[in-house]
Amino acid sequence: MSLAAARPAAALAGAGFRRWSTYRQAAVAGVFVNTVFGVIKLSILLAVADSAGGTVAGYDRIGLSTYAWMSQGLIAVVVINAWTELADRIRTGDIAVDLARPVDLQLAWLAADLGRAVWALLSRAIVPILFGAALFGFRVPGNPLVLVLLPVSITLAVVVSFACRFLVNLAAFWLTEIRGLVTFYFLVAGLLGGHLVPVQLFPGWLQTVAYATPFPAIIQWPIDLVTGQATGWAVGGVVAAQLGWAVVLLGLGRLVLSRATRRLVVQGG
Amino acid sequence: MIVEVADLRREFVVRRRAGRLRRTRDVVAAVDGVTFSISPGECVGYIGANGAGKSTTIKMLTGILVPTSGTVRVCGLDPVLQRTALARQIGVVFGQRSQLWWDLPLRDSFRLLAAIHRLPASAAQPRLDECVALLEMEPFLDVPVRQLSLGQRMRGEVTAALLHSPELLVLDEPTIGLDLLSKERLRGFLVRERRERGTTVLLTTHDLPDIERLCERILVVDHGRVAFDGTLPALVARVGAERVLVVDLVEPGPALTDVPGTTLRLVEADGLRQHLAFRQEETTAAAVVAAVSARVELRDLAVTEPDIEDVVRRIYES
Repeated sequence: MSLAAARPAAALAGAGFRRWSTYRQAAVAGVFVNTVFGVIKLSILLAVADSAGGTVAGYDRIGLSTYAWMSQGLIAVVVINAWTELADRIRTGDIAVDLARPVDLQLAWLAADLGRAVWALLSRAIVPILFGAALFGFRVPGNPLVLVLLPVSITLAVVVSFACRFLVNLAAFWLTEIRGLVTFYFLVAGLLGGHLVPVQLFPGWLQTVAYATPFPAIIQWPIDLVTGQATGWAVGGVVAAQLGWAVVLLGLGRLVLSRATRRLVVQGG
Repeated sequence: MIVEVADLRREFVVRRRAGRLRRTRDVVAAVDGVTFSISPGECVGYIGANGAGKSTTIKMLTGILVPTSGTVRVCGLDPVLQRTALARQIGVVFGQRSQLWWDLPLRDSFRLLAAIHRLPASAAQPRLDECVALLEMEPFLDVPVRQLSLGQRMRGEVTAALLHSPELLVLDEPTIGLDLLSKERLRGFLVRERRERGTTVLLTTHDLPDIERLCERILVVDHGRVAFDGTLPALVARVGAERVLVVDLVEPGPALTDVPGTTLRLVEADGLRQHLAFRQEETTAAAVVAAVSARVELRDLAVTEPDIEDVVRRIYES
């Protein structure tokens, strides 16, 4: 990205942050729900670990707690469900306004989404993680490389998540109504991404399926850095693989977008 | 030429339910061979009934809709292929859609648009201050857009479209739903904008006073074709647009069939209310009122202006 393009992007990211920070009560409600679900999720995982003799798939009790609270915090930041803003604008024809601006549509929405993610990190991720760490324990990564790469990995997780959601939303150009598709995406991405249970707990064949999709790059891999599931070369490998998915999926999004705008029908008068 | 359109055509596929499972598929030409051009500095009213193809044309001019056939050049650019470059040179207001950030204060939208257009603060701030002063937006600059009234929001929309001082301003129904005072304020602002900067304006509207105040040239589209291209007086002369004097009498009177220069269109309530149509070039409202009050005792009266639908219908009939 050239320096000249950085100013609009920064402004749009700032707007994304401020837009979402307008709704503070929604953030409080979100924190509450995520925390409650975190307790439930962790209780189930601990019961599994206990019946397996204390550890399961390389996770001990502290490891499971770290996983549960990282995933509960991260899910609000990366977002895998219910984002249909772009599709709604396509459905109603408001996309015309976005297209009549001298900015790249995909970059503009990505910038806004990164702004939203920063707000979500501050307002919705930190509290559940601190709560869980205080009550159930948390493994702070000792590897300095992890501490350096974690912010990069979380940023890339947001980018990959955005790229996937962008593609799902673009389907509205063809389908107009995408609610069914969004629900399906949420279920598949949540399961294969390792939001419900860690991917390492899957049977072997399902792990293979999961690792063939971009979804672990959104949830499981950044958490693996913290829990210590990824060590040594894998630390850099995780980030490199995330970067690969980001490039591929953003590129695919651009391709689909150019197809869509070529056949574009702006709905309504 | 700032806008050049030649033999422009756009088809849509319309699907209709025809029975329990069957659907028919029709191809409809919303714009059907439109040709026109606009010189820099002109203000052109683009009018037509609903479904005449106005918005479709505007979408093709701004590059957000691909023509089925024909050519479009705007500011010397191909709108579809050079959409982003074109967006720097034109400003667009879609009256039914908002380009402001719904959840943020109005001021933030202007700041964002200045960044998007990469305007240096030295250019953006004086321009914004000017618009804020002229459109009296100071009291609600810090109010989130979702809480603005329609009139306030529309002033914001027009400012948003003009912040980067575009060569061409495209307004799609800018006064729709506004009250008289808001409409007049907006028109006054646009008149000034043209006078000061020579901005070219293309405007679609259903509001004849918009045209009278702003446009020296009118394009009438009907069924996707240009039905008229010329000045407002020429249009009125061609279709003979009629004004109608509606008179309420003190008591039911005889039908007023003999008032010079008028045609009796309608008699209501046994002659208590009567509608007299007249042409501006034949007589004046004052003369008609005088002639009527010489015959009967008047209680109330109103003059209705020809509306755009009426003018367009007459073009189609003639």
